[in-house]
Amino acid sequence: MVADTVRALLADRCTGADLRRLMGEGARDPGRWQALSDMGLPGLMLPEALGGLGLSEVDLVLVAEACGYAALPEPLVEHAGVAAPLLAAFAEDARAAAWLDRVAAGAATVALGHAANPFVADPDTAGVLLIAREDGLHLIEAASAGLTRIASVDPFRRLFEVEAELSPDTRLADAQTVAPHLALALDRGALFAAAQGLGLAQRAVDMAADYARARMQFGKPIGANQAVKHHLATCQTRIEFARPVVYAAAAQIGQQDLFSRARVSHAKLAALAAADLAGRTAIQVFGAMGYSWETDVHLFLKRALALAGAWGDEAFHRARVTERAFAAPVTPDQTFARAAAAAASERSAA
Amino acid sequence: MHLDYTPEQRAFRAEARAWLEANVPKARLPSFDTAEGFEAHRAWEGRLHAGRWSAVTWPEAYGGRGLDLIRWLIFEEEYWRCGAPGRVNQNGVFLLAPTLMEYGSPEQKARFLPKMASGEEIWAQAWSEPQAGSDLAAVRATATREGDDYVLRGHKIWSSRAVFADWAFGLFRTDPASERHKGLSLILFPLKAPGVRIRPIPQIDGEAGFAEIFLEEARTPVANRVGAEGEGWAVCMATAGFERGLMLRSPARFQATAARLAALAARGRPDATQQAAVLQAVMDAEAYALSIYATASRLMAGGRIGAEASCNKLFWSELDVALHRAALSIQGARAELADTGDGWLDGYLFSLAGPIYAGANEIQRNIVAERVLGLPKG
Repeated sequence: MVADTVRALLADRCTGADLRRLMGEGARDPGRWQALSDMGLPGLMLPEALGGLGLSEVDLVLVAEACGYAALPEPLVEHAGVAAPLLAAFAEDARAAAWLDRVAAGAATVALGHAANPFVADPDTAGVLLIAREDGLHLIEAASAGLTRIASVDPFRRLFEVEAELSPDTRLADAQTVAPHLALALDRGALFAAAQGLGLAQRAVDMAADYARARMQFGKPIGANQAVKHHLATCQTRIEFARPVVYAAAAQIGQQDLFSRARVSHAKLAALAAADLAGRTAIQVFGAMGYSWETDVHLFLKRALALAGAWGDEAFHRARVTERAFAAPVTPDQTFARAAAAAASERSAA
Repeated sequence: MHLDYTPEQRAFRAEARAWLEANVPKARLPSFDTAEGFEAHRAWEGRLHAGRWSAVTWPEAYGGRGLDLIRWLIFEEEYWRCGAPGRVNQNGVFLLAPTLMEYGSPEQKARFLPKMASGEEIWAQAWSEPQAGSDLAAVRATATREGDDYVLRGHKIWSSRAVFADWAFGLFRTDPASERHKGLSLILFPLKAPGVRIRPIPQIDGEAGFAEIFLEEARTPVANRVGAEGEGWAVCMATAGFERGLMLRSPARFQATAARLAALAARGRPDATQQAAVLQAVMDAEAYALSIYATASRLMAGGRIGAEASCNKLFWSELDVALHRAALSIQGARAELADTGDGWLDGYLFSLAGPIYAGANEIQRNIVAERVLGLPKG
């Protein structure tokens, strides 16, 4: 339901023309962000007691898919799905609570420096920074940090190196306390990157299909050729078999065990592989047009490239799936990890 | 989204597992594409039926248990988990039966379904013809009414199991003046009858898995037509939807193969490339299972299988090849050995048929491109 509204809003306010306009204007659209905030989306996963919508990963995954479909430049997904919920985990701390009020009101965003990522995304527009260090998690006002922009291939990614004065006074929680929260943050980052990957992939396929219907060569649309059809059908099939993995990963992420982590990793690998293939295929279908700056397909390819490496790269996620595949092989009765985990504990009890 | 089993579903799983563990033959049955193996598999169908496990989704009146699709998936998981034999009557139980349930008359259901469930009558398909493969609408075989019978004339080919099977279902031109998709009817006919000549065609493994069927004025009652005369294309496409979509290839067999592959890799020393292939196959088997659970849930909520069934067929057929190819790669110099009994080589050869039958994958990709993505016909 929420996702349908987001999809409609972005179809209207995040078009290719909007993206092109923003490339020269700092890459962010305050009006659009306000519209998304008015829907309560930045607080989608915050508890209702903190002024949020009290929804879960299962809901935000659908929103993230819609954001991927539009290649939304604003940092809605990471803020709402990863950074704000991490801050909310420390709501009883007065410093965190003060910021959470502003976050729930849509007046401030949270940026997160997580060990999984070499740089911090969107600290320049954030109100508060959470920075994970060996000694724990620190909270600082974003304005107090030194930011150095690092260029990404994706013109809408805003990556920065962050210099900050961290001390025991800025520490929100020690390393041991924060470890499970950072592990969940990583899984959420990976899950929502996967969900965006689904949207990116579908958009690339849809754009290529539109073009293949319209572009005439040899007296017929290029999409009438099997070579073109088969490329796009292969991409669509990859999407169809990534989507249920992403949705299952969202439903099971709270388990935080070997099974649920492997499923998140599987989701990320499958969805971003689909997005990568779809992006490259779309460029091929568009031909020289696809290689030009003037068509939009490259924006989706580049976002997919960026997200493929964020929140654990392919090697990291393959290692997690490998661990499960060999430590706990998936036999046919173990499709659902929770059932499998229950069966495993029954076995060990017996 | 509820990704867990209910206590009732767990109890059902336990019941299925207990029966299968007590009844599945300990020794691998000979291939059902040999005379001996065919009868051994027929006997297994009979044993399944005696336990009411041969057609679990069917109504109880026909020998089933009236189970929903989730329980069917659970049963399949248990079935393949314990390495039970392949289903020699799969063309009947999983392909024809859903069509009969939807289009068959009460008399047809009563006549054919119980003996299908028991294995007394094993079914073959008779769709393809020498000039009608991927282009199935080019069928030429005719069915001409004479009194209460149809007289069948024509030449069917690539009919799996038809060498030993009892009955076949096929597409015939009931209107001789018709062309393409019009004027076709779905007709059931006995294979062991006058005017039916069967020529075995050895498959890639050397066994008589295929047959040509020469119909030289064979007769079958008009009452054996399924659906209205001339409506055969629509009726058959319903069958094809099931074949591509769901029932023919439950995810459990790929998950069971993937688990065996992971075990094979764990015992050996796969290099990085082999390990990557194993991992991809394991993930894809799981993705297929998650997708089919989602589809089953949708169907149970009243949805239907559409063109996305073609994505399923592409995915499982290419997955099956990849699973077996990865195993043979790990086996190295021993991969070529014919009599190891581990099933990898036979399974590999069998997997190569997957991208061809039930509509070649080139056709499936056309269907996805045209009906899902809206690309123009060529």
